[in-house]
Order: sequence, then C-alpha cells, then structure tokens
Amino acid sequence: MQADRITRGQVAALFLILAAAALPFADLSLAGHDPWDALRRMAMGFLAPDFAAVENIGRTLWLTLMFAIAGVAAGGIGGLILAPFYDHRGVRALCIALRSVHELFWALMLMQVLGIGAGTGVLAIALPYAGIFAKVFAEQLDEIDQRPSRMLAPGTDALSRFLYARAPLARQAMSSYTLYRLECALRSSAVLGFIGLPTLGFQLDSFFRQGDYGAASAVMVIYVALIASIRLWMRWRLAPLWVLAAVVSLATLKSPPMGGGAIWRFLTTDIVPAPLRTGDWAGFADWLGRLLTTEMLPGIAATLICAQIALALTGMLAFLSFGVIVARVAGRVGAAAGHLVLVILRSFPEYMLAYLFLQILGPSMLPAVLALALHNGAIIAHLVGRQAGAMTGQLRADAPRGATLWGYELAPRLFGPFLALCLYRWEIIVRETAVMGLLGIATLGFFIDSAVAELRLDRAMVLLVAAGLLTAAIDSISRLVRRRIGPAGSRALPHEARLRSGGPSYTTAW
Amino acid sequence: MTLPLIDRESLGYGATVVLSGISFALAPGERVVLLGRSGAGKTTLLGTIHDRLVAARTRVALVPQDHALVPQLSVVKNTLMGRLDDHGAFYNLTNLVRVRQADRGLILPILGDVGLEPEAERPVEGLSGGQKQRTALARAFFRGGEVLIGDEPVSAVDERQAAVLLAQIAARFPSAVLALHDVTLALSFATRVIGLKGGAVIFDAPPAELSRGRIEALYAS
Repeated sequence: MQADRITRGQVAALFLILAAAALPFADLSLAGHDPWDALRRMAMGFLAPDFAAVENIGRTLWLTLMFAIAGVAAGGIGGLILAPFYDHRGVRALCIALRSVHELFWALMLMQVLGIGAGTGVLAIALPYAGIFAKVFAEQLDEIDQRPSRMLAPGTDALSRFLYARAPLARQAMSSYTLYRLECALRSSAVLGFIGLPTLGFQLDSFFRQGDYGAASAVMVIYVALIASIRLWMRWRLAPLWVLAAVVSLATLKSPPMGGGAIWRFLTTDIVPAPLRTGDWAGFADWLGRLLTTEMLPGIAATLICAQIALALTGMLAFLSFGVIVARVAGRVGAAAGHLVLVILRSFPEYMLAYLFLQILGPSMLPAVLALALHNGAIIAHLVGRQAGAMTGQLRADAPRGATLWGYELAPRLFGPFLALCLYRWEIIVRETAVMGLLGIATLGFFIDSAVAELRLDRAMVLLVAAGLLTAAIDSISRLVRRRIGPAGSRALPHEARLRSGGPSYTTAW
Repeated sequence: MTLPLIDRESLGYGATVVLSGISFALAPGERVVLLGRSGAGKTTLLGTIHDRLVAARTRVALVPQDHALVPQLSVVKNTLMGRLDDHGAFYNLTNLVRVRQADRGLILPILGDVGLEPEAERPVEGLSGGQKQRTALARAFFRGGEVLIGDEPVSAVDERQAAVLLAQIAARFPSAVLALHDVTLALSFATRVIGLKGGAVIFDAPPAELSRGRIEALYAS
C-alpha cells in the first residue's frame, strides 16, 4: 500500500465539495418567460408525433447516418494506422491534440476552409475520432497475448509481424469498439446539424423554430429507434456497402461553393493574430492579454463551474438510479421501464438535450447542467447497473431484495467501478460543457462562436487551443486520481474490458 | 563444429537466479534432452540456448511450451508463420489474404505427417490441445533449420504418437534440444541427456551411460 493513496470516499467527497463551492457562482436561473407553457406545448407535440414530414425526415436521417459512417470509417482507418506508433511521443501528442478538440469546434473551423459541405462534416468526426481510435486500438494491441509475436524469428518485418501475430488477436476487441464508436458518431453527426450541416440537428432546429413539435417528436422517435437497432443493421459483412453508400451520398451532396485559396488564406492570414499580421509584436502581448482576461479566463471559469456541478449531479443521479435496471431491485416491469428511460436518455447527445431544455428553461447554465447530468448519468447507471445485474446471480440464496439489496449488497460493492466511470466521464463532461457555449451559455464555446461569427479567427484559434488544453489537463488529472485510488475499479468500461492472456509469460525473451 | 553457447554462467530472470555455473555447447548431430522436475530450470536453459543460437546466426525452429499460436488464424496460416522472416512484407501480406499454391504444396505434406491435414483450414482456437501442439510442431517443421528447440513438444499427444513425432524431429533436423518429462521417450530419442536439479547440472551423458537410479534421483525430493 502506498502512503499517498486516497480513498474512494475522499475522492467522492472532494468532488461534491467542489460542486457545492461552484454553486454560488453558477447562473442557474429560470430565464424563460413561461416555462410551464413551453413545456405544455412541447409535451402535447411529443405525445402526438407527426410523421407527415417523413420525406424530409428520411433524407435528414439518411445523411446523419452517412456522415457518421464516413466519419467512423475515415477515423478508424486513421486510428489503425497511428495505433502501432502510439508509443512515439510525436504520434501521441498529435492524437491528444486531435481528440481534445470537440467535433463541433472542428466543424466550426473546417467550415472556414471547406464551407458547409460533406468534407467539413466527415472530417469534423474523423479527425477527433482518429485520435481516440489510435489510443484505444493501441491499448487493445498492448493487451493481447504477446507470445505469438515474440515467437516469430527476429528477421520478420514489422508489418508482417503486426498482421499475422498481433492484429488477428485484437480484431474482436477492435470491431466491438468500432461499433460503439459508430453509436457515438450518430450522436456527433446529429449535433453537427445545429451549426448548419444537413443532419438531424438542423431539421430539429427548424421544426422547433416553426413550433412544429409533432414533427420534432417524430424525428426523435426515429432517431432513438435507429440507435437502438444499430446491431441489426450494421453487420461487418455489410460494412463495405455502407461505406460505399456514404461515399456516394456525400459526394453528390450539393453545398455552397467556396472561393479559391480558402485554405491558404485561412492558414496564412485568418488565424495569424491580428497585430502580428502587421508585424506589431508589442501590440501582440496587449492583444493576448486582453483576450486572456476578457474571454479566455471567464470562459474557462464558466466551463469549469458548469462542468463540476454537472459532474456531481451526474454522479448522484447514476448512483441512485443504477438499481432501477436490476430486476431483483426494481422488479421485472420496473427494470424494463428503467432500461427504456436510460436508453432514451443516452441516445440523445448532451448538446441536443441542452437545446431542448433551453427551449423550456431559457438561457442559463441550468439547461446545460441538466442535459449533461441526465445523459452522462444514464450512461454510468447503465454500465454500473449491468454489472449489478450480473452480480445478483452470484449472491447468496437468502440475499435481500429491493432497495435493501441495493443499499447493502450492490452499492458498496460497485462504488469503485462507479467512481472510476465518473472520473472517466469527467473529461467528456468538460469537453461537452465547453461546446455548449454555442447554445448561448457563457462557457468557452460561446466566446469561440462569437469570434468565428465576427470572423476573428485568430481569436477563435487561441480560444480553441485553450479549450483543448483544458480538456487534456482534466484528462491527465483524472488519470492521476484513478491511479491513486488503485486498480480495482478503474477498468469497468466495455471497451476497457481486459483480454487476459492465460498463464505466466516467458521469463526469457522468446 | 561444436558451438560453445554458454560458459559458466548464471541464468535466470530479473534478480532471480534459476541455474548457476552452467556451461553448454552443441555439437552437430546431437539430440539433447533436458530432464528434471518442473521448476528445475529446463525452460530457462532452453530459452538461453535459443537466444544464443539465434545470435550466432544459426537457423532455429522453436516449439514453445505454450505453442504461441494465433487462435484466430487457420492451421495452414499458423504453419506459414514459421517462415515469415524469409520473405518481405508484400509476400507475407498477399499470403495472408490467400496462401500461395507453392507454400500450400509444402505445408500440406507436413500437416499430413503430423496428422492434421483434415484440420488444415480450421482456425486454431477450435482445436484440441493435442492438435494445437501438432500445429506448433508443423510450424517448426515448415521452418526447418539446423536445430529444433522444443519445450515439452509432445506432452499433449499419446505415447505412440509422441514416438512418431520425435522420430520426425530426428529425421528433419540435424540437431535438437528438447525438454521432456517422459523418461522412456527421452532415452530412445536422445544422444545426450542432461539432468537438472537444484539449479545445477547433475549429469550430462549419453543414455547408455545412465543408470535408472541416476535418473530417478532427479525426481526424488
């Protein structure tokens, strides 16, 4: 036992205190003029989904799917190429940079160069995903049985060694992770619509502007069905056809043309800090200082305040509700209903939920906090609940039922995995909080969006780097805490399920 | 020419010494069998001999105790892996997609010899323990070379089959170094037997010079 270990209880308490300390600084007011009326009208619409506009919805859903598939395919291939070199410092840094920038931020920047077209949408998903794929594939390749590779004669070339003795062993884990990523990409792709790409978010936004809640409801019903049935329509044998369909659909997508030389202008002029364009180095410090105090620091502060409150609420929701999907706790009917609610909550991306809540509650941190807590809470509750379900089969025959079982048997045993999942989602919550600024909440994304709107891309770029660094910093703090707590609970994610090789490894180098 | 490989060295892993004061040289045509209880250091000695032979640019075929097969690939492709270092990446990768007739023509007779021809296209993960072991042997046979190093290479097959497979090793390789636990098989195969006990070599002699008693002493506590 190390002396500097911290207990799980201390970690949980620390996060709760942090969130409580952030509360006085958070704007959680109800800003809508009549939330109850908005809620009533929305509820009426949602209870009567209107599939009349299904033709439009069909096209939007198809494009949402196509962007997701093309993005995952390109990102997956990129990640696969990078993964064997992940130990290399440069490659690792590149991957961290790629994935620390949110898809929406990528899209905002890519739009300046490529316009609102297929390329922007695909790359906005593919670039960050390549960084994530590279990391996870590299971990999966590390975890396979290394003996076949070590057995090969020393003269074997690296590529053959990889494809014969490493890739086949990791294929299963890689393909199930890719499927999980496709589910994420469906969410990313939908959200890209909110900034103008022809995907679901765009359609949803226009239905809401028209007050057509019935049609909006229909979109969401189909969307949830699409995500829930992913394992039925995405078969590996069909993958080439899906990719082909995506390439054809997106290649024929009409988009407003961009003027020539956009990339060159973007790289050499637009993103160069304004004072430097005229060689004014003295003005640069001033420019940077002003950006730091008026936008960057307030943005970071608001992002962290919002994220910490959301994280604490996420944890509370997940911890109290994971029992809901365990039949021995909630009963068969209760568990089925619990599953349904959790599936719906985790199908909708945080950003889309925040958009919905914003329509009801008006602009403040409240919609963002609620959206983040519900979505992430549902994911954690689902994962912990699944472990709890597996556990109930192994309990003693006279174990209690209902809430007693949850309190005495499940909650104590699963607190470790639960906390590890919260720490893992911490980085994701911060990343999503930053991006919610695009909805008008004063987090980093708000300042990035305003800078882009004013065509001050130099400022946007600096703020974007700040957002990336913030995410990367949270990621490493989270990893540090997880290491300090110890290994027991830190491996609960599906893609992190370890493939253990049987038996001890060889003592000599073969 | 006799290859001096180990000269009064202590062998082990990390800070743990398994064998001390060991010397070993391998003469052409020698079939060496290592005997000793489990934990006596057979695997450590085999590993060192393997590494030294490779360093001396001898072509070695290896049958590790845990086989080190790729479960997802077929028997033919696992066998093919014995010769990956003979070819460039392009040759190996196209072979991975579809095994060339020339290679298949060499592999199938070997699979016939070890009794695996019907299993040629099956993924290794679905095979029995004995079949996996014979796949590992086929891979070593396909590789060929001057020396075969085997750590209990026939432990998972019955005694009659084991004798046949050992005879094939003797026929296919000029030299061999094996760890075996079946004393009768060992004595009929070896030209030289090394007994390990308590981190040291107890005897190193041709089978004819060894009495039952000396061998049994290896296994006594």
